[in-house]
Amino acid sequence: MAFCSKNSRTIINNLKSKLGLSRLMNQGSDGCLNNTNPCRFLPLTTLPQLRNPDSYSHKTGHSFCSQRFQSTTSEQQFASLPNGEHSQELDFPGGKVVFSPEMRFLSESPCVYNNCYRVLDDNGQLIGNSNFVQVSEEIAVKMYSSMATLQILDTIFYEAQRQGRISFYLTTIGEEAINIASAAALTSDDIVFPQYREPGVLLWRGFTLQEFANQCFGNKADYGKGRQMPIHYGSNKHNYFTVSSTIATQIPHAVGAAYSLKMDKKDACAVTFFGDGGTSEGDFHAALNFAAVTESPVIFICRNNGWAISTPTSDQFRSEGIAVRGQAYGVRSIRVDGNDALAMYSAVHAAREMAINEHRPVLIEAITYRVGHHSTSDDSTKYRPADEIEWWRMARDPVTRFRKWIETNGWWGSEAESQLRSSIRNELLQAIQIAERAEKPPVNELFTDVYDNIPSNLRDQEKLLRETINRHPADYPADVPF
Amino acid sequence: MALRNIIGKRIGNGIGLVGRRSLSTATCDVENRNSKSMNLYSAINQALHLALETDPRAFVFGEDVSFGGVFRCTTGLADRFGKARVFNTPLCEQGIVGFGIGLAAMGNRAIAEIQFADYIYPAFDQIVNEAAKFRYRSGNQFNCGGLTIRAPYGAVGHGGHYHSQSPEAFFCHVPGIKVVIPRSPRQAKGLLLSCIRDPNPVVFFEPKWLYRLAVEEVPEHDYMLPLSEAEVIRQGSDITLVGWGAQLTIMEQACIEAEKDGISCELIDLKTLMPWDKETVEASVRKTGRVLISHEAPVTGGFGAEISASIVERCFLRLEAPVARVCGLDTPFPLVFEPFYMPSKNKVLDAIKATVDY
Repeated sequence: MAFCSKNSRTIINNLKSKLGLSRLMNQGSDGCLNNTNPCRFLPLTTLPQLRNPDSYSHKTGHSFCSQRFQSTTSEQQFASLPNGEHSQELDFPGGKVVFSPEMRFLSESPCVYNNCYRVLDDNGQLIGNSNFVQVSEEIAVKMYSSMATLQILDTIFYEAQRQGRISFYLTTIGEEAINIASAAALTSDDIVFPQYREPGVLLWRGFTLQEFANQCFGNKADYGKGRQMPIHYGSNKHNYFTVSSTIATQIPHAVGAAYSLKMDKKDACAVTFFGDGGTSEGDFHAALNFAAVTESPVIFICRNNGWAISTPTSDQFRSEGIAVRGQAYGVRSIRVDGNDALAMYSAVHAAREMAINEHRPVLIEAITYRVGHHSTSDDSTKYRPADEIEWWRMARDPVTRFRKWIETNGWWGSEAESQLRSSIRNELLQAIQIAERAEKPPVNELFTDVYDNIPSNLRDQEKLLRETINRHPADYPADVPF
Repeated sequence: MALRNIIGKRIGNGIGLVGRRSLSTATCDVENRNSKSMNLYSAINQALHLALETDPRAFVFGEDVSFGGVFRCTTGLADRFGKARVFNTPLCEQGIVGFGIGLAAMGNRAIAEIQFADYIYPAFDQIVNEAAKFRYRSGNQFNCGGLTIRAPYGAVGHGGHYHSQSPEAFFCHVPGIKVVIPRSPRQAKGLLLSCIRDPNPVVFFEPKWLYRLAVEEVPEHDYMLPLSEAEVIRQGSDITLVGWGAQLTIMEQACIEAEKDGISCELIDLKTLMPWDKETVEASVRKTGRVLISHEAPVTGGFGAEISASIVERCFLRLEAPVARVCGLDTPFPLVFEPFYMPSKNKVLDAIKATVDY
């Protein structure tokens, strides 16, 4: 659904409400309903199957998946060509190339859209014949509680920004399942390189509400020492690298980190998150290519939520989503329903095993919707219809969907629900009070950590600054001690 | 140190090889035990061998490093330390540095090679926004101090726009990284080892002109030269000259000729441009009252401007003449016009005389 243009989605919504076409929505929900591309199927035999001779010998072509088959070994295609061309092959530096006298172009779009893996239907009921990784009651309840906590966190902090108590905030509304389920499927040894819409991963790992609040208020207990805007969390004890506002720059970092884990033979992988917009950045392409070549155990998780601020995916790329790009780089990829916590959990779990055991990168495209505005500096009703947002918030809420599943299992009820929500709310409001009243870091922290030690030019500047502060104290905020 | 003795004929410039004299340094940091005569790329190669030998978590990577590199700086490393530690990367500078940051963030020594400094710009975002701020933005929870980026820079006689650039000024404007430029083989080995082992991300520019042409006795053992310490390589009393890298050779020739006219020149090798050693330069200017800065990079906004402004701030009343800058022109680096573009010995000499006669 994330690929549909605004217009087609509005039409569909109207149809849906008028004609009750919810079943139609469900059927098409894993692929694009935009039928403007005529299907032009090209037999795979026309593709030059350039391959690294090394990979030929010890890998059996799993990385070359066709659109039709789950995985295909390309040698088999060479052997029996359906349209009877004789297979003349020649060795080039990249591998064997099969010739054909017929000129055929690779289509710009695949005929069959990538299947999207889901396990729970929109009502949180298991789909028959689904294969997934079983989740225990304890984990499932923790997952749900964390998703609900994340919702409360977002609601209250968003309000705090609106009240002028913090300067900025951005929510994860609609993407709670991606956050929590992926975190649950990882271990605490796996190194996380977030974009900025994944605080749920940190929450799962044990970052407290107080720690979140401290960073948002930039007080002296903030591990970041008040240097960055709110939501730029980072915690080395949780193996969660500090958020930076720059898009996609973290993706190649994850590859280098994964390479290190491989060299150290650790039972761990690197994981990095980014949105659909981030996949347009050069760093995304650089990273995927490096990951494939260096055979690094890294999981790339793309939150394809349909929007990069106001830019819909139709203005972002014309590839059929993100998973196909992974394939282009020689990276095993899957598309998953990002609002299905169970499917996300299973996919990340499987990806982690592949990454670590097979020393390979894996790309997961999680289809979802950004229910909230891009940030507190954005009003998304300016570029998308309010009823579209409402529909996704209510009918496609991943948290409700998962709750239905755990309720069906008898693991959750309305009493537990209200108890959780009120206690988290109270705990968070208290944490915010404490964070707000706390002192900011002292001004000497302006000069530390630029380098490991303070160089002489910064010592000079600090000295001059202190003289200035003494002369003009009114110019400076009262809550920053010096 | 008679720099000019360590280099051979510069292509196209007709500067002949002067008789070989033994080298002397104004401040002798390095014992001359078990030295071997070698050129710049060999010295760098030795440093890399030592870096990988002494730290099992050191890695060397970049385009074409596996077979030895386009300038042979990485010869023998892959054979000796294996393909897992010395490897080619895809042709992608932003990937090289981004990957290097991740590797360094996990506590490794990531020694990345950018094939020519002219191609470092795709990595500029990773260097400026990521590497330089990695420690600061995390509140010192994380750092990528193990990252060293090496790149050949500077004129080579025939490099034109894209094989001759001196981009050091861009990086000197970025708090959080260090910028280091060696002038000779012996300096390069010691400085590079310091850069690799320094707990901050460093950009190390190697004067490619000197890769083969500079030959010097280089100690064979593991030694490090201090960063952020400038070196007075020639004592004098009438004027202070400040430079780095290959340009020092030119400047030294000018100093020797100026001496024939009775001008006593003090020559300083800055070595580290960021953070730079203001104290040594200032002390020298207080002695001489005159300063001249020379670099190949274009004059406008070049690092000479920073040195000039700082010296004027600190030594205004001592100065007998305006700060002189003899630098490249404000043009892309030309091919046929290279001899006109370059801050040649005579340009430097003319400026020395003008400053002294001011």
